[in-house]
Amino acid sequence: MGASGIGEGQPDGVPPPTGKEPGKPDAPPVAGPPPGRAPGARKPAPPKVKSGPLTRLREAGSTALGAGPPPGPARPEFWRSPLRGPWLTAVFGLVLLFGITVLFVTGLLSYAAYNPDLAAVNDQTPNKGWLGFYLFSWPTSPYWLYRLTQGVHVTLGIVLVPVLLAKLWSVIPKLFEWPPIRSISHALERLSLLLLVGGAGFEFVTGILNVQLHYIFPGSFYTLHFYGAWVFIGAFVVHVAFRLPRALRAVRPRLGDPAAGSEEAVGLLSPHPAAPTISRRGALAMVGLGSVSLLVVTAGQSIGGWWRRTALLAPHGQDPGSGPNGFQINKTAASVGIRPSDVGPAWRLTVRGPGRQVDLTYGQLLAMPQHESALPIACVEGWSTTDQRWGGVRLTDLAALVGLGANTPAALVESVQRGGSFRSAVLSDSQVRDSRSLLAVRVNGAILSADHGYPARVIVAGAPGVHNTKWVTRLTFGGTG
Amino acid sequence: MSAPAGFRRRYGASPLHLLLVLVSFALAAYAGLRLFEGDALGVAVWFVGAALLHDLVLLPLYSVTDRAAQALFTRGSGPTPPVPRVSVNYVRVPAFVSGVLLLVWWPLVLRRVEHYTAATALPADGFLGRWLLVTGALFAASAVVLVVRTRRWSRAQRRARSATK
Repeated sequence: MGASGIGEGQPDGVPPPTGKEPGKPDAPPVAGPPPGRAPGARKPAPPKVKSGPLTRLREAGSTALGAGPPPGPARPEFWRSPLRGPWLTAVFGLVLLFGITVLFVTGLLSYAAYNPDLAAVNDQTPNKGWLGFYLFSWPTSPYWLYRLTQGVHVTLGIVLVPVLLAKLWSVIPKLFEWPPIRSISHALERLSLLLLVGGAGFEFVTGILNVQLHYIFPGSFYTLHFYGAWVFIGAFVVHVAFRLPRALRAVRPRLGDPAAGSEEAVGLLSPHPAAPTISRRGALAMVGLGSVSLLVVTAGQSIGGWWRRTALLAPHGQDPGSGPNGFQINKTAASVGIRPSDVGPAWRLTVRGPGRQVDLTYGQLLAMPQHESALPIACVEGWSTTDQRWGGVRLTDLAALVGLGANTPAALVESVQRGGSFRSAVLSDSQVRDSRSLLAVRVNGAILSADHGYPARVIVAGAPGVHNTKWVTRLTFGGTG
Repeated sequence: MSAPAGFRRRYGASPLHLLLVLVSFALAAYAGLRLFEGDALGVAVWFVGAALLHDLVLLPLYSVTDRAAQALFTRGSGPTPPVPRVSVNYVRVPAFVSGVLLLVWWPLVLRRVEHYTAATALPADGFLGRWLLVTGALFAASAVVLVVRTRRWSRAQRRARSATK
């Protein structure tokens, strides 16, 4: 498995097809062109543009630089890998077209899952304006919906890293293409590429750091990742519109490569390729192996159960303990400053409705009718648990204490937690009314542990983990913070 | 000359090209204003840095490493030019896979996340060891493939030689 593709390349001992320096495949030609190149490969095709300020500027630049690209990466022969070419770039591009589309859609769904339009406390990006045009009330069925969409979002993002890098590698000669700007349209396209590549890198880096709790990025993750995605996606759509026909042409079956320097080669083929040490299919298999390896050491944290132990490098690939409370924890009680006195005998659950308020002790809460729901915990970081058996009081039963009947309104849930995001959340009316929505006091037959929200936590079908507020002390029906 | 042709000559592409790019820039500006609202300089550095990280940092690093590996596996010396051998892939492939695993999971592998255990109640010290084990397993698998292929090859050689005798 470790040597896929080997043997498909140039066999040992066969002299390289072209070139005088096969031992130095990417050697930069320092002074003048190396001999043995196809004639005309060095100079770009004469421009079709006849006149205009840009043309004159370029001509002046060309004259100053001695007609032609300066020595170094701007010269096509600087890039010697025989692998680069329209086919390889197109294959990576088509994989990314599918993958990034799924990432964008699941990302938008994740934002919708927070019900940001419902209340200020639910919205991490309140300035979104029209970027929230698509928002809808997040459903409670199927109850595993967020577990699936966010698991796919994070796992797929990680799996695509080798493909993204390989795509960037395959088009590196274009970064240095000469002249740097050929026309106004070319200048705009290159600016768009900065948004495309910068946006892609920004999204992948912030996402990958956030799932590892490595908050070194310059601001709130939600702000950066959400707006960054919108900056990126416009450039992505433009790039697909301009390049998809070319990519589809390039992957059509054909005999051999187009000639280097030809229009079909689109500046990717080396005019002076080194002897191959691996075939294009071999390189593709190597990148695929990288993606599969990332999948294997990551996906288990989203599948849960037995599979969790296979997530060797993922942040939630181990279990924090054993027993009924031994499942994944997002933030421990200690890490968010929950004191024993906050959740001791003095703890009360305050239930508020229009003009009414009821305070319950822990014992009174336990004395209410208890129900069970089997629901997972699914985090925005992509990890999730299998269904846990929660026991507690239905949110509708608590609403009934303050005189609210079947048409229970949205509810503000507040934790004893003093600081940090998500110490409170507003649940939509459909979330509150779902018969599986509980203020849980037990899990898997045991009392909740401190880290899972003792004395009481919310559990709602299909909601992101942080909306299953822990250490709940107040429920305000009809309140939106 | 017709108007579209004149536009194409001056602009370099069709009017639709210009419209599409302008729509995307307007969207990018709308979202960008919000992206840059906080630490504008920090976001700019991260955004441009993300665009250049691979092309100007990672690519030169791994290209030089790959060239060095190829030189190790090159056959032939003296006046004839040396020939690179495909056997470099027995090192290249496991090194690539191990490298992308580290590239993605380095904060945990290199123990950069101080509050990891405090937040999750999970041990932080196993990641480096597991990454090293995975790396070792990848190189070991590659070695097994190399041994199997070398044996098969030499057996075929022997058979071919005895057939010609």
